[in-house]
Amino acid sequence: MSEVTVQGGQEVVGVSRIEGPIVVVEGASNVSYDEVVEIQDSRGQLRRGRVLEVGEGFAVIQVFAGSTGLSIDGTRVRFLGTTLHIPVAEEMLGRIFDGLGTPLDGGPEPLTDRYMDVNGRPINPTARIYPRDYIQTGISTIDGVNTLLRGQKLPLFSGAGMPHDQLAAQIVRQATLGKVAGAPQTEGEDFAIVFAAMGVKNDVADYFRRSFTESGALTRVAMFLNLADDPPVERIVTPRAALTLAEYLAYEREMHVLVVLTDMTNYGEALRQISNVRGEVPSRKGYPGYLYSDLASMYERTGRIRTSKGSITQIPILTMPNDDITHPMPDLTGYITEGQIVLGRELNFAGIYPPVAVLPSLSRLMKDGIGKNRTRDDHPRWGAQLYAAYAKTQDVRALASVIGEEELSEVDQKYLKFGRAFEREFVNQSFTENRTIERTLEIGWKLLSMLPKKELTRVTLDEIAIYYKGDDAAN
Amino acid sequence: MSDQVGTITWISGPVVRARGSRHVGMLELVEVGTERLVGEVIGLKGDQMTIQVYEETAGMQTGAPIYGTGLPLSVELGPGLIQSIYDGVQRPLPLIEEAMGSFIERGARFDPISREKKWKFTPKVKVGDEVKGGAILGVVMETDTFEHRIMLNPDDAGTVTWVAPIGDYTVADTIAKVKVGKEEKSVTMLQRWPVRRARPFVNRRGANIPLITGQRILDTFFPVAKGGAAGIPGPFGSGKTVTQHSIAKWADAEVIVYIGCGERGNEMTEVLQEFPHLVDPRTGRPLMERTVLIANTSNMPVAAREASIYTGITIAEYYRDMGYHVALMADSTSRWAEALREVSGRLEEMPAEEGYPAYLAGRLAEFYERAGYVDNLNGTHGSVSIVGAVSPPGGDFSEPVTQHTKRYIRCFWALDKSLASARHFPAINWLDSYSEYLEDVGAWWREKVGKDWLTMRNRAMELLSEESRLSQIVKLVGPDALPYTERMVLETTRLIREGILQQNATEAVDAYSSVEKQIRLLELVLYFHERGMAIVKHGAPINLIHDLPVVDTIIRAKSTVTNEEMHKFDDIQKQIDEQMSQLDAEYRS
Ligand SMILES: Nc1ncnc2c1ncn2[C@@H]1O[C@H](COP(=O)(O)OP(=O)(O)O)[C@@H](O)[C@H]1O
Ligand SMILES: [Mg+2]
Repeated sequence: MSEVTVQGGQEVVGVSRIEGPIVVVEGASNVSYDEVVEIQDSRGQLRRGRVLEVGEGFAVIQVFAGSTGLSIDGTRVRFLGTTLHIPVAEEMLGRIFDGLGTPLDGGPEPLTDRYMDVNGRPINPTARIYPRDYIQTGISTIDGVNTLLRGQKLPLFSGAGMPHDQLAAQIVRQATLGKVAGAPQTEGEDFAIVFAAMGVKNDVADYFRRSFTESGALTRVAMFLNLADDPPVERIVTPRAALTLAEYLAYEREMHVLVVLTDMTNYGEALRQISNVRGEVPSRKGYPGYLYSDLASMYERTGRIRTSKGSITQIPILTMPNDDITHPMPDLTGYITEGQIVLGRELNFAGIYPPVAVLPSLSRLMKDGIGKNRTRDDHPRWGAQLYAAYAKTQDVRALASVIGEEELSEVDQKYLKFGRAFEREFVNQSFTENRTIERTLEIGWKLLSMLPKKELTRVTLDEIAIYYKGDDAAN
Repeated sequence: MSDQVGTITWISGPVVRARGSRHVGMLELVEVGTERLVGEVIGLKGDQMTIQVYEETAGMQTGAPIYGTGLPLSVELGPGLIQSIYDGVQRPLPLIEEAMGSFIERGARFDPISREKKWKFTPKVKVGDEVKGGAILGVVMETDTFEHRIMLNPDDAGTVTWVAPIGDYTVADTIAKVKVGKEEKSVTMLQRWPVRRARPFVNRRGANIPLITGQRILDTFFPVAKGGAAGIPGPFGSGKTVTQHSIAKWADAEVIVYIGCGERGNEMTEVLQEFPHLVDPRTGRPLMERTVLIANTSNMPVAAREASIYTGITIAEYYRDMGYHVALMADSTSRWAEALREVSGRLEEMPAEEGYPAYLAGRLAEFYERAGYVDNLNGTHGSVSIVGAVSPPGGDFSEPVTQHTKRYIRCFWALDKSLASARHFPAINWLDSYSEYLEDVGAWWREKVGKDWLTMRNRAMELLSEESRLSQIVKLVGPDALPYTERMVLETTRLIREGILQQNATEAVDAYSSVEKQIRLLELVLYFHERGMAIVKHGAPINLIHDLPVVDTIIRAKSTVTNEEMHKFDDIQKQIDEQMSQLDAEYRS
């Protein structure tokens, strides 16, 4: 693609400094900030880079493929006079690209004259449509208590060795536009999946490819792969390239696009590396002070706009270093995204799949996509009640570990039973089990019915009258 | 309007350096590059200037021109602000959308206030009147119910030589002439004011009227006064934004300025789509008709995010000057501080804590100092209350922004992750929060509500801290080890927590509690406690009290009894009496 659209541009022979993935070029004039460059090493091999800083007569360049093999005198840098653009086209679905958007599958360059800046542009808040349509994923811990909406950004916070890939694949496979409980399913609309891998192993990419193949979606998927052994700096572009295609598909081709980005933690490390090499003042854990804005410039590319029927829904995956949710990557992500699905180590050990730690998980948009005329009237209060009861279970467990289960009050013992059943019957489901929202609500009520009515202060008395199935005589 | 004053020599993100004229002023507004992007001079050294640019700089080149304007970064003030939505440097977002589509392009230039729209002006001065700065020259109705008072610029004063008769005028039309010294000045309905300069007033009044928000944990437990400043720190997902939205919806201020500073686009869209349909309980008009929105979301240029706070506070002060109570929400001040840090970092300034510049504390102080309940230049009085959200990294309140903010606010609403996880909302921790306005607003409660609010409030707080002590014991030995009187405390505090402190912002009845409802609920719960305590002291087992049907009724009252149905609380009190008396009788016999 690089050979298209750009003509000439000034060329400088020799660089003045090389440090990590950064090279400094002197003697170039009229260089633009954020301009793309083409770098030729002494053997004629080409690689690409981007201008990070320009001063009088010098430019600081970030080399995507790294600087290995570049020499001070033998390097030529050609300034291409434009920011980084990628081609976008509907035919890119079904194809595989590298982290910069170049075909990896041996196929031709996408045939298009539409090129878009990978940086995108901010969506005007007045142009957005607030998300309201819920997506049924068939997974109780999501649909029931952390509902995903079309146009939402909802990350998976996970840890090494946990089944976040399976969960993401299951969501992608099962996602359909949700219906009011009891209403029949309708045909799927025009959808697409854009998948971006940053620094993950080949088997992860392979896993997703197989999963897309099995569900028959492969022709609707565009994959952008920057794998573990690919140049780390390229990772900075990969999610942006993916989102650029997603924006084209959603806002110009009116498709519903689901974007899966994995693993954003690797992205963050690449950003940190460049920042450190440049000697920037770090904020926390060596990450640059602009990490928040940088992440926001990608996550905020999710949503819906008034001029298109399409939407972008984002599921970024992050592995939390040391399972630490306060680490800058999950922390700043959580501040930007519309909630988070957190996977829990203990549930995973206990063999619960998906090991969704319900309490720290959240869907901020849930309130706007559920309830009367959307899922079912009782849904919001039912969800808050499950949360409250499960939170109480945690306190009871702590108490039981001190005084022993037998010493617990009768009500507390019921909470213990509720908690166990909640994990085994509500949280736990198989990788292929696709629950309807009715089923999810039904399981929830069955579990709540294990508790005395008096404990259920989040749901209304009318709802208790209709759905409560316990043998509690009180009240 | 603008001459070239320099040439760009260096570009890094939102910061550029240029060389040129030594006459460019500090904090002068400049136009940067051939696209003439808006920027502000933030440093000068010899012929070198440092500029922060309010728009994306990608594609900009060294050697490109800088144009001076001779003016500081300012906002336009006049009728038409209300119901507007602007970016951080007051560009009207709807016009940008109309001209550029769904995405914000560079180089947008639009008048913040319409030059075409006509307003019906009614003069309030006559020829020969001596007018001082801030004097109200006339009024226009900015909405059906909101009177916008046209004021003389605070820096001017003189004799009125001409005033326009009642009629329809645009903000560009002259509505009065004032002789200032020898010179006659034409006055329009439009003013410009430099955002970084606080608008003047005569003096501060005591802040002793509460800003009523309809949020029980705020009004009843941790009130902020009109003209006061409150901070609401919390980790992600703990409820900063929902609380700020609730205050924007229900606070008894006449004007709301809501600044979305480096946060989500969808949240601003939510306000835009929701507020026109919500009715202000005081005026019966849509809430949007008292709201000004500033939206500089996280993906919009970072330097404009830094400016957004000042743009908002200047607009707030302008309405205060007319004699109104204004409440300003800034979500989130941490993103503003990070914008400062980012620019500072690019300037390679010496960082203080966590990379923030050493002047962070000073800037925070300047901002919160602009809150206040004041006597205005024109004899009216008005207030600006500030509620600033703080987003501490990792939810750790010891970080610099939270710590410095604490120095300049008097009301601290500490959000708590574990409460949020248990879906106890608002997740404001009652033990970590405080208000220093308690004594100040006590008189207001006595006069307006006729109840000894402070005594009841303090009693409830006492019970809650007792609960915290008791739950430490319960964690070790279980509840059975406690005597009934102490378990009675736990019964009551459950009612306080679930029946009063928890408040669901998404539920119609519960979202807004009148002060009458708030105090009555508290009174009932305390009454329940006194009666219950008397009975358990007689030896009645605690579980009988726990099982009283009225317990459930009290917990549900917040969402079953509307603000208009105050009499229903009398029924509940009767139920307490009946059930307690019966229990007492049963037990004694
Ligand atoms: N008062 C409230 N009533 C109901 N839900 C609330 C309330 N406060 C917070 N929430 C819930 O918590 C979620 C996160 O709140 P939000 O204000 O977005 O957090 P923050 O701004 O601190 O990140 C909301 O989406 C909502 O579901
Ligand atoms: Mg928020």
